[in-house]
Amino acid sequence: MKVGVPFLVACLASGVACRSQDTNLHLPKRIEAGSAFSVLCEGTGKGTLYIVGPSEFIKREIQLGEATSFPAGALFNAGRYSVWLDSAGSSAAGSIDVVPVSKASDLTFIAKPSRLQVALRDGITGTAYVFDAYGNLITEQMEVSFELSNPTAGTQIRRVQTRNGVAWTQLDSTPREGKDQFVARIGDIFSKRVVFQVPGEPCSLKMSATPSGGKIQLVTEPVRDCSGNVVPDGTVVTFTELNRDTKSTVDVPLKKGVAMVEMPANRGATISVASGVVLGNQIRWEQ
Amino acid sequence: MIVSNSFALISTLGVALSALAADQPSVRIHPPNRDGPRQLQEQTLKAAVQNYLDAWRSMSDALDENRPELLDRDFIGSAKDKLAATIRKQQACGVHTVYHDRSHDMQILFYSPEGLSIELADTVAYDVQLFSHAGAIGTQQVRTRYIVVLTPTEVRWRVRILQAQPQ
Repeated sequence: MKVGVPFLVACLASGVACRSQDTNLHLPKRIEAGSAFSVLCEGTGKGTLYIVGPSEFIKREIQLGEATSFPAGALFNAGRYSVWLDSAGSSAAGSIDVVPVSKASDLTFIAKPSRLQVALRDGITGTAYVFDAYGNLITEQMEVSFELSNPTAGTQIRRVQTRNGVAWTQLDSTPREGKDQFVARIGDIFSKRVVFQVPGEPCSLKMSATPSGGKIQLVTEPVRDCSGNVVPDGTVVTFTELNRDTKSTVDVPLKKGVAMVEMPANRGATISVASGVVLGNQIRWEQ
Repeated sequence: MIVSNSFALISTLGVALSALAADQPSVRIHPPNRDGPRQLQEQTLKAAVQNYLDAWRSMSDALDENRPELLDRDFIGSAKDKLAATIRKQQACGVHTVYHDRSHDMQILFYSPEGLSIELADTVAYDVQLFSHAGAIGTQQVRTRYIVVLTPTEVRWRVRILQAQPQ
């Protein structure tokens, strides 16, 4: 097989592997996305070269017998390309594979949820797809670092190898409420998300009672979750008074961390407090 | 288990089945080599695979007729942008291409924990033909492995990444 000198020069200059795929069409077998390359078709006269794939189409008028150079950036979408030469005297065909650049330039990072309770095991998930500068998915294995940081609870770090261009992780939500930074990082490329961590359900309830005129004033202690975070205002606390066969119930939203209500003072009544599935203390009113 | 009238799918056995019609591709689903904690329900798998195969039909029609709007139902994001750019270049050069997929050999690779993406590998055998106004310029038979990422939209899975991966 005869290979023209200009072709060899062009291949060496572009630093890519070359392979003759037809009797007179010489193409690089594989190039890195966006890199320069050359094509040579032996013969004389003019022809039209087509490089065809779903993600790219190139048509170029070429001079047979001369290397045709494609500058950097001419073919940058990774994939398999069919190549045809159409000329008056002959036709030829071949293919070129374009592979992603092996340096990561972009991350698509999905973090869920954006808001959750504190101290949930595996409550936060992160998924990262890694792309090169041309938006090609890099399928070579790479290490992605996932970092979840909270100003008061430190930083959780997971290092995960990508498989087929994607890496994922699950992390526990931290014990302290607040605004966490969730970062996916590969080299100097990173993508940041914010995860709001809110207090969980009340962990325990305790109320006290004092006489207030002809009524009883009931006040809870500040209501906290099991990690010690103050449960947000608006959380409903239910006070129930049972007096012989009469039952009175009052729902009160937390305000400044406590719930407060006045109920009828009935001698012998039993008063209980609850919020969600948490039952607090009971008081028997004897005055 | 029959998935629509276009192909049969046996997801758990990985058995190859011939297409029901001559112009339909044969489809084979291998047992998942799956990464990720989320269970992929059979109904979700069937929908994703069917939508992906529909996307090949849409892509073929769009590249054949040089009509980028035919991509709207099945493609999104960079996959759609790249295909639409190809169609515009074909239009400008007065050519069109016909992609005829003959077989798909698929395996689910990843189902993301939040359920917002499915990644699969598909070794596709297809014919690609290039036509100008003067007639056919050439035909090639291609067999290559695609990495595909699907994302859910309102009513169907759409292709976000469609990238051939040289082996």
